[in-house]
Amino acid sequence: MNFFEHVGRYSRLMAGVFTKPQRWSMLFKQYLAEIEKQGIQSLGITIIISIFIGSAITMQMVLNTENPMLPKYVTGLTTRETLLLEFSSTILCLILAGKVGSNIASEIGTMRITEQIDALKIMGVNAENYLILPKIMGFVTIVPVLVIFSMFFGLVGGYLIATTGVISPAQYVMGIQYAFNPYYVTYSVVKSLFFAFIISSVSSYYGYYAYGGALDVGKASTNAVVNSSIIILLFNVILTDLLLV
Amino acid sequence: MIEVKNVTKSFGDLTVLHNISAVFEAGKTNLIIGQSGSGKTVLMKSVIGIHRVEEGQILYDGRDIAAMTKKEVFRLRREVGMLFQGSALFDSMTVEENVRFPLEMFSDKSRDEWNERVEFCLNRVELGRAAKLYPSEISGGMQKRAAIARAIVLQPKYLFCDEPNSGLDPKTSLTIDKLIHEITTEFGITTIVNTHDMNSVMEIGDKVIFIHKGYKSWEGDKDSIFESGNQDLEDLVFASNLYKKVKKYHNLK
Repeated sequence: MNFFEHVGRYSRLMAGVFTKPQRWSMLFKQYLAEIEKQGIQSLGITIIISIFIGSAITMQMVLNTENPMLPKYVTGLTTRETLLLEFSSTILCLILAGKVGSNIASEIGTMRITEQIDALKIMGVNAENYLILPKIMGFVTIVPVLVIFSMFFGLVGGYLIATTGVISPAQYVMGIQYAFNPYYVTYSVVKSLFFAFIISSVSSYYGYYAYGGALDVGKASTNAVVNSSIIILLFNVILTDLLLV
Repeated sequence: MIEVKNVTKSFGDLTVLHNISAVFEAGKTNLIIGQSGSGKTVLMKSVIGIHRVEEGQILYDGRDIAAMTKKEVFRLRREVGMLFQGSALFDSMTVEENVRFPLEMFSDKSRDEWNERVEFCLNRVELGRAAKLYPSEISGGMQKRAAIARAIVLQPKYLFCDEPNSGLDPKTSLTIDKLIHEITTEFGITTIVNTHDMNSVMEIGDKVIFIHKGYKSWEGDKDSIFESGNQDLEDLVFASNLYKKVKKYHNLK
């Protein structure tokens, strides 16, 4: 299957997804379940990764800004900018593409190969809308929250390292407050909304068109993660150009 | 009643069904039998509307599915129940939730009425005690019964069963066959069963349609199979050692 066939099939799938739900109450129920499954259950990994990456960035910044010409608070400032601009949106979403994307693709793929999607269709259910719309809505809703958490805990991680003595905590705190541009948070959140849509829709696409057996579901899951990641990186460049430059 | 009139179905250059006509009657268990690859699954999927046929008509009580819009097909499907080969129960839901699902999606009745209907259907298939269990926690036979309960919960006019006995032991197969037959006569459903299980044919075949290499080769009831004079049908029926021995014994007597 070539690139254009994938784009065409993906577009047709999305046209089926974004239709009026047959039962709003079912959509709402599924939507809340997806927020819990994709978002709340990703909170732990988000916090852990953010703390450790925040700590590592701070240590690296201490090394890279060791210059008598540079004030000590630059470490905090550069840590903050790295976290806000790139890590908490793009890198976090790449990590979530692995966790959530593979989960979505394997869940829908398994439903496909075990005829559960056929069962929905035979019942008269719009399977695309019923299965995929709540996943997209849920993930797009919860990812900005994860991004904000990641920013906060990344900075906390940096502070924890500062308390070990590599830099004065007061200088670090001063750095993370210095010349703060709130737009960077908006930029990061806007980017994450796009990335959340990419992860959930692309993974759903690969799961929905999975066929064969368990091995093929595994392949669909891998394709979902790889392709979501590539599209995220591409959109990262485009969105940065549009929103920041 | 479902009527299939002169249906032809191809995939690319390969014609899988050739000019098939058949009548599936209401209140009867209609069986489609044939070897693997004979076209019986394609016929069933064409009747359900999963495959669009190139030629011919498929009439659900006079309504031609081939001429329906997508919306009309969706509406018609609410009158259809289906039992899949692998049960196709939703893994994330309990047995009770699986059975309730079609009601939640399509019924405008009250929650109490839903519960009553779910309880009735589960009791009808003798699964009341397994209501709170997940599909992975119950046996294959119980999964099939749960799938039957889900298929009948909306009181369908048409019931399709794709290889309902696959993966089941002979005794459980018999239970499932009897259940399908009882439900069919009890609720006056037009039931179509796709099978190559000869025990099922002998047990519930009110009407049997034999598909061979994409053609309708024979039609009749279970009792007339042995006098069919159709060599291909006999080859299928007496393929197993058990049936060969029964035939030999019968001939000796």
